[in-house]
Amino acid sequence: MLEQAKVEALTKKAEELRELTIREIGHLGAGHIGGSMSIIEILTYLYFNEMNVDPKNPKKEDRDRLVCSKGHAGPAVYAVLANKGYFPEEWLSTLNQGGTNLPSHCDMNRTPGIDFTTGSLGQGTSAAVGIALGQRLKKQEAFTYLIVGDGESQEGQVWEAAEVGAQNKLGNLIAFTDLNKQQLDGYTFDIGNMENIGTRWLGFNWHVQRIDGHSFQAIDRAVQAAKKVVDRPSMIILDTQKSRGFAPGEGISANHSMKFNEKTAEEAIKVLRERMGGLK
Amino acid sequence: MRNTSDLENMRDAMMAAINDLGKDHKEVVLLDADLSSCLGSDSFQALFPERFFNCGIAEANMVGMAAGLSSMKFVPFVHSFACFSSRRAYDQFFLSCGYAKQTVHLLGTDPGITAQLNGGTHMPFEDIALMRQVPGITVYEPSDAQSCYELTLQAYETGKSSYARFGRKGITHRYPVGTKIELGKGIELADGKDVAIIATGEVMVGEAEKALEALKSKGINATLVDLHTIKPLDVELIEKVADRCGKILVCENGRYAGGVGEAIAAHLSTVKPTKMAYLNCGERYGEVGKLDYLKEAFGFTAENIEKKVLELLK
Repeated sequence: MLEQAKVEALTKKAEELRELTIREIGHLGAGHIGGSMSIIEILTYLYFNEMNVDPKNPKKEDRDRLVCSKGHAGPAVYAVLANKGYFPEEWLSTLNQGGTNLPSHCDMNRTPGIDFTTGSLGQGTSAAVGIALGQRLKKQEAFTYLIVGDGESQEGQVWEAAEVGAQNKLGNLIAFTDLNKQQLDGYTFDIGNMENIGTRWLGFNWHVQRIDGHSFQAIDRAVQAAKKVVDRPSMIILDTQKSRGFAPGEGISANHSMKFNEKTAEEAIKVLRERMGGLK
Repeated sequence: MRNTSDLENMRDAMMAAINDLGKDHKEVVLLDADLSSCLGSDSFQALFPERFFNCGIAEANMVGMAAGLSSMKFVPFVHSFACFSSRRAYDQFFLSCGYAKQTVHLLGTDPGITAQLNGGTHMPFEDIALMRQVPGITVYEPSDAQSCYELTLQAYETGKSSYARFGRKGITHRYPVGTKIELGKGIELADGKDVAIIATGEVMVGEAEKALEALKSKGINATLVDLHTIKPLDVELIEKVADRCGKILVCENGRYAGGVGEAIAAHLSTVKPTKMAYLNCGERYGEVGKLDYLKEAFGFTAENIEKKVLELLK
């Protein structure tokens, strides 16, 4: 169980990372804000509480690895990596600019700290299975973490990977579904319903938990439980809200990729800070 | 040095190479998609059980997994029938392996008419074109046991991804052990001055060799090139035979569009426009039948090569 002080520190860190992400996209003028904001807590927990990584040595052989298979959430991952010290925060203002090290979708060959290139949905899941298998072959004590979108889970490749991950009993693979219930064209309920996604993973013989994806206590309990499961991979379904913390995108259908400028970004940050008032 | 002269099938030559690489390099892993007995990859499994993975009938995932293993510094060889290795897992090979700069050696067995009794659903002619579109990789199609073995070792040494297309069953022993076979460098099997035949793969090189004799009896001396490496193209040799003969027939167990013939024509058009003819499957899909039937059906025969040469020389 996380101490209250730790929860508060992580909560503050998450707010800081949300601000960085909002500014990063606002500076560009458009981007994948919705699915970036919904995974801030899990990224914060993993990079600032859990993963064995070293920003000064991003290629450390026996590190824990993270594959963000929903590669369009790159802006959130970049904010986290910058804040963690992989590269200067100034880089965030280069998002998607020609020649940048921070392209719209995660790229292991450009961005220090990105463990696998993603963008074509579904592909990160198989890569993560391969990485977890590789860690085991190398007898590393490391874990592979994988973030999959709920809309992304409409891709068949996700379920091919699910099958092979379970078949190989990859206890060192801990995956998360960002169940934010929205996709580019609208609500998953209307397009490819993902509400029962937990039972699907159960059917593939994964260890499955479903939690509030914005609660650090819940995330901590679930991740620590998953690490104890050695005979099969784990799926933690994160019940999340798309665009969480970016007020202009909350509760609307068209929040996958939004156009907004720096002024809107600062206004949204002000709203966020007011909400977080008790902690500031 | 491995003696390939007693191998009975092309798949044995491929497995000899992979097993030898596995012995020398503990990073080599082998992934198969429920076609282990078809390739004989169970021989690798017997040698290195912890480095063999049967990934089930899920080729897209298998290729993606291989990319993940590559990022962990393993060197995966990945097998399925050529139709599935190329078409079914194409985006995974293109992005997770190619774009992501991971090294994966993809094996596509039974390309073109060598798919034989599996028929049209399993008979890729277009895999050459697809694989040529992946930047920076090596694409090769050996014509015999020794070249299959040698080229596979050399493809590994490049450190870059590759795609090998070859029939599993039957074998030709054209090159004795010790023959100089160099990835990226076609082999001149004859150096006549009247016409050049450039052939790729076991079926076409074999038929072209037979055609050479028939042409000679008509007083036509041809150059014959075994163009085992499709990408990168051996432009030096192609220009040399274009200079020598002025006329070229390209024979491939594949399609024109994006294929070997088109690649050669495109290159020569920029440096040395040359009169050309082609033997390929045209706009046809595959169909079922034994190899001899399919050779006749698609015109992949020595007789048809001879006919094409005579037309080219008119």
